[in-house]
Amino acid sequence: MKQWLNPRSTLGITLIVVALVALPFVAAMGGQAWVRILNFAILYVFLALGLNIVVGFAGLLDLGYIAFYAVGAYVYALLASPHFGLHWPFWVILPIGAMVACFFGVLLGSPTLKLRGDYLAIVTLGFGEIIRIFLNNLNAPINVTNGAQGITMIDPVAIGGLKFSGTTQIFGFSLSGPQKYYYLLVALAILVIIINLRLQNSRIGRAWQAIREDEIAAKAVGINTRNIKLLAFAMGASFGGIAGGIFSAMQGFVSPESFSLTESIMILAMVVLGGMGHIPGVILGAVLLSILPEALRYGVGPIQMALFGKMLVDPESVRMLIFGLALVLVMRFKPAGLWPSPERKRELQGDA
Amino acid sequence: MADALLEARDVAKHFGGVKALRDVSLTIRRGEIYGLIGPNGAGKTTFFNCMTGLYVPDGGGFIFDGAPLLADAPHQAAERGIARTFQNIRLFANMTALENVMVGRHVRTKAGVLGAMLQNTATKAEEAAIQQRAVDLLHYVRIEDRADDLAKNLSYGDQRRLEIARALATEPKLLCLDEPAAGMNGTETAELRELIDGIRRDGTTILLIEHDVKLVMGLCDRVAVLDYGALVIEDVPAVVQKDQRVIEAYLGA
Repeated sequence: MKQWLNPRSTLGITLIVVALVALPFVAAMGGQAWVRILNFAILYVFLALGLNIVVGFAGLLDLGYIAFYAVGAYVYALLASPHFGLHWPFWVILPIGAMVACFFGVLLGSPTLKLRGDYLAIVTLGFGEIIRIFLNNLNAPINVTNGAQGITMIDPVAIGGLKFSGTTQIFGFSLSGPQKYYYLLVALAILVIIINLRLQNSRIGRAWQAIREDEIAAKAVGINTRNIKLLAFAMGASFGGIAGGIFSAMQGFVSPESFSLTESIMILAMVVLGGMGHIPGVILGAVLLSILPEALRYGVGPIQMALFGKMLVDPESVRMLIFGLALVLVMRFKPAGLWPSPERKRELQGDA
Repeated sequence: MADALLEARDVAKHFGGVKALRDVSLTIRRGEIYGLIGPNGAGKTTFFNCMTGLYVPDGGGFIFDGAPLLADAPHQAAERGIARTFQNIRLFANMTALENVMVGRHVRTKAGVLGAMLQNTATKAEEAAIQQRAVDLLHYVRIEDRADDLAKNLSYGDQRRLEIARALATEPKLLCLDEPAAGMNGTETAELRELIDGIRRDGTTILLIEHDVKLVMGLCDRVAVLDYGALVIEDVPAVVQKDQRVIEAYLGA
């Protein structure tokens, strides 16, 4: 009936493209801060999709995912900043960052292959903390990470002569730095989404799912569960590494503080709340959970003023309260997530 | 023996003080249906698990298709051509029947991450072949109309059939069925018997663990009896049925 709204129709695609192109200009009306919030939302989509491979597809609970983001971010920071005097182009560093993160993914994966569920969660949690502590303390005897001060003056992304920091005039349009990053992020996000969709519906994707469902049966049909699980860790980590690199370039500054356990949990919450294993759900979860706290930050104050004529509660404290409440309510009433895959929905709706 | 597909040589396995298998040696010939029976706890499933690599035997080993089987490598057993079903059905419950069989093709296909990302012609062709083969196998076990249902929503009998289809998807030389008739009624057992007979006629050797003595005696070319982890006898059904030790093992001495 609503054929014209089908996202696969020409008109549907056109509408989505127009919306994606217009979005940063609309957001910019509320200030560049909103464009930055938008960019972070897309960055979280990357991270959530990467974690979704490990948690959603292969069913391996990973609480240290932020470590790969950190690795990617620091690889970029070290190779494109005055810290070592290196200024490599981003298209060289991003793949390196992905590969280094991938290596760490395998490093984490290999000793944990026999672990599942809670046990795996504890080990990965420890791993995430180890990476953060290393970043904090690798400033002596050789100063690699500059410790808690972090690394500053990281090069922005630059393609040819086009620098992504500062405002540029293109075809009469004035594009701010965050707006340029937005388009870069959208392009990469589309690529990441396509890769994820293709992986899910592939031989490898089915093998991940089989391991999640029944590891012994998966072994019995000839799946090399060790390699396939490592592959899940490696793929998930690579996406984290790429996201980290862009984060570095966008912020121009990284410090260990950005890679706390809370961040890992936040990304896991995005995956679970959106709909574990279901790509559109995970995207929705990432966008909602990254924008909601910011929206509350700007929204709670004015709403109070409008309703009561004065500030009753400090917006900063009430916003995390509302955020937490929202998480509890969603999990209580939609345990499969906001937008679960059709199978998962059936799975949770009764039957044996 | 020239036509031996699987030779077990002095296979031993103990769990703590319990000797689950005591130096079991037996030979399965190409093209036969080989029955493995014995009272509860006789070690039948333990034997299966040793053979398919889920357990590491404490002694002895297996020669399969002319070369030794590695212990502790279930996926390699499948690669070499041993497929199995489980006593308590182990399907991928939240995948469709078709997907379950498609997973079975994993070991005979090779598309990797790169192929999946690029969707090149070879990957696409392989994927289409996987799907076609899975559909054919669902036809073969006659549950093609349940292809898009989740495995866990299939009836008990259909789940057994699906497990066999998934095992067949790995193109086994030896198909091991662990109590496939457990919990089936007369009609279902008769249909199962027909299916097993058909699989053998199509060239797959079958090892059958079963409690239903009537089914085993009617279907198998040769039968081995295990009791307290030791092999009692290995012979044609007519001889096994009359063996005094077997009667004792089953009736309790």
